[in-house]
Amino acid sequence: MLTFLLRRLLAAIPTLFGVALITFVLFNLVGGDPTYQMLGKHATAQQVAELRHEYGFDRPLPIQFVDYLKQIVTFDFGRSYATKQEISSMISNSLGPSMSLAIPAFIVTTLLGIVIALLVAYHRGRAVDRVGVVLCVIGMSLPSLAYILFGQYVLAYQMGWFPISGWDSEWSERWSYISMPLLIWVAVSLGHEVRFFRTAILEETGQDYVRTARAKGLPEKRVFFKHVLKNSMVPIVTNVVLEIPLLILGAFLLEGFFGIPGIGSMTIDAVNNSDLPVLKAMTTLTSFLMIFGNLMTDIVYTWVDPRVSLK
Amino acid sequence: MTSDGTTGNMATLAAATGSSGMAPVKEIKGRSLWADAVRRFKKDYFAVVCLGIIALYAAIAILASLGWIASPWDQVIGAPYAPPSLESLAHLFGTDIFGRSVFFKTLHGTRIAMSVGLVASLIAIPLGVSLGALAGYFGGWIDELIVWFYTTLSSIPNIMLLIAITFVLGKGTTSIYVALGVTSWIGLARVIRGEFIKHKNRDYVVAAASLGASHTSRIFKHILPNVSHFIIINLSMQFMGAIKSEVILSFLGLGVRGQPSWGVMIDDAKLELSRGVWWQLGGATLAMFFVVLAFNIVGDALRDALDPKIK
Repeated sequence: MLTFLLRRLLAAIPTLFGVALITFVLFNLVGGDPTYQMLGKHATAQQVAELRHEYGFDRPLPIQFVDYLKQIVTFDFGRSYATKQEISSMISNSLGPSMSLAIPAFIVTTLLGIVIALLVAYHRGRAVDRVGVVLCVIGMSLPSLAYILFGQYVLAYQMGWFPISGWDSEWSERWSYISMPLLIWVAVSLGHEVRFFRTAILEETGQDYVRTARAKGLPEKRVFFKHVLKNSMVPIVTNVVLEIPLLILGAFLLEGFFGIPGIGSMTIDAVNNSDLPVLKAMTTLTSFLMIFGNLMTDIVYTWVDPRVSLK
Repeated sequence: MTSDGTTGNMATLAAATGSSGMAPVKEIKGRSLWADAVRRFKKDYFAVVCLGIIALYAAIAILASLGWIASPWDQVIGAPYAPPSLESLAHLFGTDIFGRSVFFKTLHGTRIAMSVGLVASLIAIPLGVSLGALAGYFGGWIDELIVWFYTTLSSIPNIMLLIAITFVLGKGTTSIYVALGVTSWIGLARVIRGEFIKHKNRDYVVAAASLGASHTSRIFKHILPNVSHFIIINLSMQFMGAIKSEVILSFLGLGVRGQPSWGVMIDDAKLELSRGVWWQLGGATLAMFFVVLAFNIVGDALRDALDPKIK
């Protein structure tokens, strides 16, 4: 197991390096020198030179790249252009609010998705299944922004069931602010989840072992909830684990709308303020998390499916 | 695909038995994979209707850009924020803050949506097909390099990559085209690579090689036509992804400016909703919903019709 882990980690190094290279090329080479943009039209040559020096833009590109690699390893991404705060502390401050929405939303969506998919797949080919699939496709086709805007308009403005937007550091108050974004998050993602889980389950129902189980006279419920369910867990768990690293981005549109001071809001602010270092740090970090997530998937895979060997 | 050969044999068989007087067998004719796929697609009436919807959107986009319909979209036609009415076609979806017709703006938004889908596909398909073909056909270090490149690119969360590219290239429509093009070829490249690995040692390719066919001829003339249906299957997903992403990027202020787009309309709507002005959001949502739904359904139908595995 340990050698397997080590080998997987080593195999991830070229990808990690690649991500660093691509973000560097994008932000430092293609993006160019942002100092003029930051200082405005009336900057003096000296101001520009000072700022260029402060952010290291006057150094040769290979050295800039090594500096950037150092930043990644030490988790010190410098300061934001807009707020002048340390980016690493901005990120760690935003993590809490992001997670307090993302984790409950992720758990509710996944559980609800699996339960509905099981129900629909059990009644495959019948009316429940048809209606379920149609609802899923309709749900997937509605733009996510429409869910957010109409959700806020109807539930908060018109019905007054939830506060329009806001945040509280106390958990007792926080729930009232989280519940509406949570509801919308579930609504946005449920269609896609159910459809994916349903396909994963149905792929198993055509297998030979299912026929064997039926042939030896097992009741349909037992075939479905014991044999099929266990086997379809392999693709389901893989997919669910892959979604975890993306949670850090939160549903970043949701965070922006409902005033949740999380990672997503931070990214949107960075876009609005042309805050390149924050965007660069966020791109790198989320990518590294994705790679880590892929690694986790491989490990979980060997754990759910004993046929996959640790090689 | 060898199905061509087998159906050909069946045709000769049918001709032979047909001459001996068995009338119904005569109807079996040699059909190409494509004709077969078209026949199967046509059976799915709902998908044909959806294809019609897509054609309608394309026609609206072309007519709007020629100025034949919904023109001029930026003319004041009534009071600001007039609610929808049946008074005239222009008033169907009400008016915006300047008193311009929301219906005309929605129709014009089709132009951006369809062109984003088209241009992104025109960039992504050649890129995905050629890189996938090179990697799969040649293997070795070429394969490793290309696979490393797309694994790296796909570990950067899509939305972060899109934001980063549109950001460094400068805001605007061209950046969106490029960003969507260079982020969306990976799925296709993966599939094409896999297919080329499968096909390159098949008998027909080996035969072509022994007759002196060059690498170029083997790749483009022999293997590519046999895997090209994956491009079609990919196309509808590609279009749909591009339309959805354009709306989010324009909403974030990174995209289209100075001309109507569904994303910009939704962005305007977030301030209008608190005053009860829902029609701009409604128009954009409705327009987007139908085209995304149509692409979803056509995509599924294409997969069913073209993928020989599901036959």
